[in-house]
Amino acid sequence: MNLRGLFKSADNVLEGSPNKNDGTGKTEEKSYVYECPNCKSMLTRQGVREHDYSCPECDYYFHISARKRILMYADSKSFDELMAGVESENIIGFPEYDQKLLDARKKSGEKEGVVCGRITIGKMPCCIFSMDANFMMGSMGTVVGEKITALFEYATRQQLPVIGVTVSGGARMQEGMLSLLQMAKVSGAVKKHSDAGLLYVVLMTNPTTGGVEASFAMEGDIILAEPNALIGFAGPRVIQQTLKKKLPKGFQRSEALLKCGFVDDIVRRIEQREYLEQLLLLHGGRAQ
Amino acid sequence: MMTKYDRVLLAREKERPTAGNYISNLVTHFVEMHGDRRYGDDRAVIAGIGLLEDEAVTLIGIEKGHDTKEKIECNFGSAHPEGYRKALRQMKLAEKFHRPVICIIDTAGAYCGIGAEERGEGQAIAENLMEMMMLKTPVISIVIGEGGSGGALALAVADEVWMLSNAYYSVVSPESCANILWKDTNKAAQAADALKLTATDLLEMSVIERIVEEPRQYQYDIQNDIFYGNLKKDLLGKIQALESLDVEQLLENRYEKYRKIGRNNRVTI
Ligand SMILES: [Zn+2]
Repeated sequence: MNLRGLFKSADNVLEGSPNKNDGTGKTEEKSYVYECPNCKSMLTRQGVREHDYSCPECDYYFHISARKRILMYADSKSFDELMAGVESENIIGFPEYDQKLLDARKKSGEKEGVVCGRITIGKMPCCIFSMDANFMMGSMGTVVGEKITALFEYATRQQLPVIGVTVSGGARMQEGMLSLLQMAKVSGAVKKHSDAGLLYVVLMTNPTTGGVEASFAMEGDIILAEPNALIGFAGPRVIQQTLKKKLPKGFQRSEALLKCGFVDDIVRRIEQREYLEQLLLLHGGRAQ
Repeated sequence: MMTKYDRVLLAREKERPTAGNYISNLVTHFVEMHGDRRYGDDRAVIAGIGLLEDEAVTLIGIEKGHDTKEKIECNFGSAHPEGYRKALRQMKLAEKFHRPVICIIDTAGAYCGIGAEERGEGQAIAENLMEMMMLKTPVISIVIGEGGSGGALALAVADEVWMLSNAYYSVVSPESCANILWKDTNKAAQAADALKLTATDLLEMSVIERIVEEPRQYQYDIQNDIFYGNLKKDLLGKIQALESLDVEQLLENRYEKYRKIGRNNRVTI
């Protein structure tokens, strides 16, 4: 759970801007030039957006919101959100949690840390959940657990595949053990969905750690990762502090996990939509 | 009046009986099974079969060790992925041979290290959660000391979870919690209060089903016949009750038990 620093880049120029453009403020966008944090190329907001929120020069990935992520994959106007209104309460009376929830709602523009719904990709229907790094570091409390569990139950009833996009620092400590047990609760619903012969594809993004990595992120039939995403159970800082030695280069990154056999493929952001479409097709997906 | 943090410290007391002590006091004819058939044998996890009175049961315990040599051998009770996979292998055998499973948990958390990560600590825990949710045989887990986060939960998806009266079970250690929230590990006692991690708290929140009273705090004799005798009787009673259910009912009850956690927010779609 010691992951504070990892999320700093979530406050980047693409997020939380008042210029919420749907093709409107384009002139302003073009003139807005900034530097890629990785390769230092000068980028325009529009250019980055057209490249699925990655740097066209070096493929550096900007954090994107849960909702933008879904819209990136979904056929136009196909997103039908489920459980949109569910909000967390300070369920165990944890100090400062009420304020943190208010801040998180403001920062993310979402009611909770996961957005769920139905979409079609290439006209093939599926369920999707997408976590939001701007909502308390994508942490999983009872509402996140409940929404994902209910989505799997719904998908099982509707005989639909599930696509899950993860970004998380783990279980949300402000809800104590009730958060931790969400790991078991979601796992039960995943298992029922799996036993019904239905497909579950996970896409892990930077970072996916802690109780989320140690539950539904690692329970997909097919597990994908974005390049260079941090993926692990214990956070690297905690491991470093424990071992008191430097960690190997590339440790806990997608490429290392691929080598160790824990992810099936690494998929560049710009190719993800098509990749998911192909997987649905290969698992009997039929255009609606 | 004992604070929550006092109990955390008691749960970590070096004199407390370990999983191995429970196993030797609860069952006879114990046969230990090593190895996960994948990579190695994690000494942090003891697994095997024994007779609880005349009932064959599978026992899985996270062992902290007694002396320095033992403690190092079992990594102070922090399991590698191999430990969780060893446990799962024994649970699948228990399912096959219709044996109930008793898990005895005492861990500060899963092992935090390079090898553990490279061999999929998270994946191993995730697989246990998924399999244990639907394991077709009764499972009872007892937290006897520390119940440290995912490393404890990986053996605590059960029909019933019991806790010793001075054990704790928490999403995060109070020290890390204080460090993350207030950048001050000295505020661990406040964090312990906020986390609601004691047996009494968790019974109230339906996270656990039963509190096992400890005689004279942790300082009970490792061979305390009355303590282990009562525990054995309670286990047998509960196992009989669980075995009287048909498997579908057992699994539905288990699923519903976890399904209700956080029920204030239960939604229907
Ligand atoms: Zn760049």
